[in-house]
Amino acid sequence: MAIPARRRIADVVAFAFATAATVFGLFWLAWILWTTLRQGAAALSPALFRDMTPPPGATGGLLNAFYGSGVMILLGLVLGAPVGIAAGTYLAEHGRYSRLAAIVSFVNDILLSAPSIVIGLFVYELVVRPSGHFSGYAGAIALAMILLPIVTRTTEESLRLVPDQMREAGFALGLPRWRVTRRILYKAALSAILTGVLLGVARIAGETAPLLFTALNNQFWSSSLNGPLANVPVVIFQYAMSPYDEWHVLAWAGAFILTAFVLLLNISVRVLARKGKDR
Amino acid sequence: MQQSREHTLKAFDQDLDRLRALISEMGGLAEHAISEAMRCLTQRDVEGAQRVVAEDKKLDVLEIETERRAVQLIALRAPMASDLRDVVAALKISGVVERIGDYAKNIAKRVPLLENVGKIEPISLLPEMARIAAGMVHEVLDAFVERDAQAAVRVCERDTAVDDFYDSIFRTLLTHMMENPHNIGQSAHLLFVAKNLERIGDHATNIAEMVYYAATGEHMLDRPGKSPRV
Amino acid sequence: MNDTATALRLSPTNIGSAAATRTAIEIRDLDFYYGKQGKGQALKSVNMSVPANSVTAIIGPSGCGKSTLLRTINRIFEMYPDQYATGEIVIDGANVLDRRYPVSDLRRLVGMVFQKPTPFPSSIRANVAFALSYYERLSKAELNDRIEDALRQAALWDEVKDKLNQSALSLSGGQQQRLCIARTIAVRPEILLLDEATSALDPISTAKVEELIDELRQRFSIVIVTHNMQQAARVSQNTAFFHLGELIEFGRTSDIFTNPREQRTKDYITGRYG
Repeated sequence: MAIPARRRIADVVAFAFATAATVFGLFWLAWILWTTLRQGAAALSPALFRDMTPPPGATGGLLNAFYGSGVMILLGLVLGAPVGIAAGTYLAEHGRYSRLAAIVSFVNDILLSAPSIVIGLFVYELVVRPSGHFSGYAGAIALAMILLPIVTRTTEESLRLVPDQMREAGFALGLPRWRVTRRILYKAALSAILTGVLLGVARIAGETAPLLFTALNNQFWSSSLNGPLANVPVVIFQYAMSPYDEWHVLAWAGAFILTAFVLLLNISVRVLARKGKDR
Repeated sequence: MQQSREHTLKAFDQDLDRLRALISEMGGLAEHAISEAMRCLTQRDVEGAQRVVAEDKKLDVLEIETERRAVQLIALRAPMASDLRDVVAALKISGVVERIGDYAKNIAKRVPLLENVGKIEPISLLPEMARIAAGMVHEVLDAFVERDAQAAVRVCERDTAVDDFYDSIFRTLLTHMMENPHNIGQSAHLLFVAKNLERIGDHATNIAEMVYYAATGEHMLDRPGKSPRV
Repeated sequence: MNDTATALRLSPTNIGSAAATRTAIEIRDLDFYYGKQGKGQALKSVNMSVPANSVTAIIGPSGCGKSTLLRTINRIFEMYPDQYATGEIVIDGANVLDRRYPVSDLRRLVGMVFQKPTPFPSSIRANVAFALSYYERLSKAELNDRIEDALRQAALWDEVKDKLNQSALSLSGGQQQRLCIARTIAVRPEILLLDEATSALDPISTAKVEELIDELRQRFSIVIVTHNMQQAARVSQNTAFFHLGELIEFGRTSDIFTNPREQRTKDYITGRYG
């Protein structure tokens, strides 16, 4: 039976629209990468990773910013991910039929869409004010609070995706709930949970607003988390707004590195997801 | 004992009905062969008898057809319980009916050999015996189609009449043979005819047992009036 | 009934049930409820004695309660808060349905294999050892022996002995199901419950599992739920027919399939579903 011309035309038009939309999206991504690369090319050298942020008018690198960001992201991950996974597990496994779980889930959704600047302000009140100074700890706490609901949600979803038959098979062997969760469900949902964590990390890598209130920035090298700590997003903010050209170039370079990092994380997520499906 | 409902798969019902129809057809042919053979015997209709012999082939063909259909039914429908018993019964009954047809054919074959048969008095008993035997075949196959176990039991009871007839003819013919030695050949043929009819009666009771089992799932263990035969 | 008939009934596949008079599971007045405030009733006053060392098949149209019955025996329904059961299920002299009977003891005694093969995401070896290492303290050598024993009993050893450390998910569907069986029998339960265990398998794998069931009944008492009547006929010594939550008829498989007593049983097995 031949497909009538009308339908074929509609098919072609729809396909054309879809392709156009894809190209449109990809165009902006490519343009951002190209622009940041082009603008920051001058600063893209080993020096970027060797030198500290320079004073106005001088050239330098972003080492302290990379270090600070890295440390705070890591600490945020360590603080936020385990709690998130535990909460997600509770929601998916133990709290299936409980009212409390429904409330927790709802609150989690609110936290998920809370503006990050609000979270920054909250941590400012909670940590920075009482301690009297900005700190890397405060920054990490803020990042953890942004990471937490993401990991909770994705963990819960991942565990719910594991079919009930798996649980029944575990329980039918007489294993207690925790053993079933730990040794069967986590293994089955592992790649999905990791995906959630990585996506969360990609998100907090670029968060600027909360860090403004918590870690602020540090011109010099500092390995102490107890004081203001340099970080990439705030450096970009500062340098881009400044009147100095060398600083502009560094900001672009930083932006490029940050974008590339997030892109790399997302690609890893895809690779992990495909590995999970192949099993 | 009727099945209260039809199969969900209508084709299954159709297959079973066709099988039953085949058995009915075979029964009709066998009955006709018995009565025709007896008529040709008493009327000395040699051509009629030849027709009876020729038509026995139809029964052979139908038996093969029944076997084929029954095997197909078992393979394709996986019949259970009463359905399975019915199919197995149909298979067995077709073989027995074919044998009954062979006995009728045997009777017809003797017709050309009996020239002076009118002179033998005991021959008058034979038509009645044949009528009862044919009647038994008719009733037992009706019982199969109707799945009527009680009718099957009644058929078994009628076999005593056939056996009694045989006893009577046997004694009479023996006496006749002793008194009329020149007619021994003819009398011997008549004896065989009587024996064939008696065997038909026995086969009808065999069928009745199969019908009983198919209908009820139990065996008709006590059969009325069975005594050893010569 | 004369002696020849009795003697002829004792064909090799039936000798097991003729000789086994011991009851593995005694079910008394079992009712099962589900849904809000127990509005729905899946089982009604079920009374049944499952004989030991034989295969008992449970057949019936969908929704008749056969899977529910199985899931009541090992109390897997307790995973779902809206479901509960009343009555008694007696195994080895104790009512296992009682909440006070520890459920982990029950599930060591009664193993269950489900319709969809569910190998855990680990190696084949780890799968079989899963419950074993939880219940028993075994040395490495003992554990390996038990793993081999279970895989042999499940007719899987020859196919996997060289790849015990490979992922269980690399096995075919039929092998996965036999692995689930091996995993279940590794802890040496007394009773095996198989809930439509071959429904998701191809005919060859199904035949292998059926053969396995026939071998296993010497060591275990097996209850299978199947919607495939021919399978029940092939594999079991006793058959129970359920309809709308009630046990309609229970008897020897050969009797049920050649001469059932109840009209509903007759209608179901001859295909007269009305």
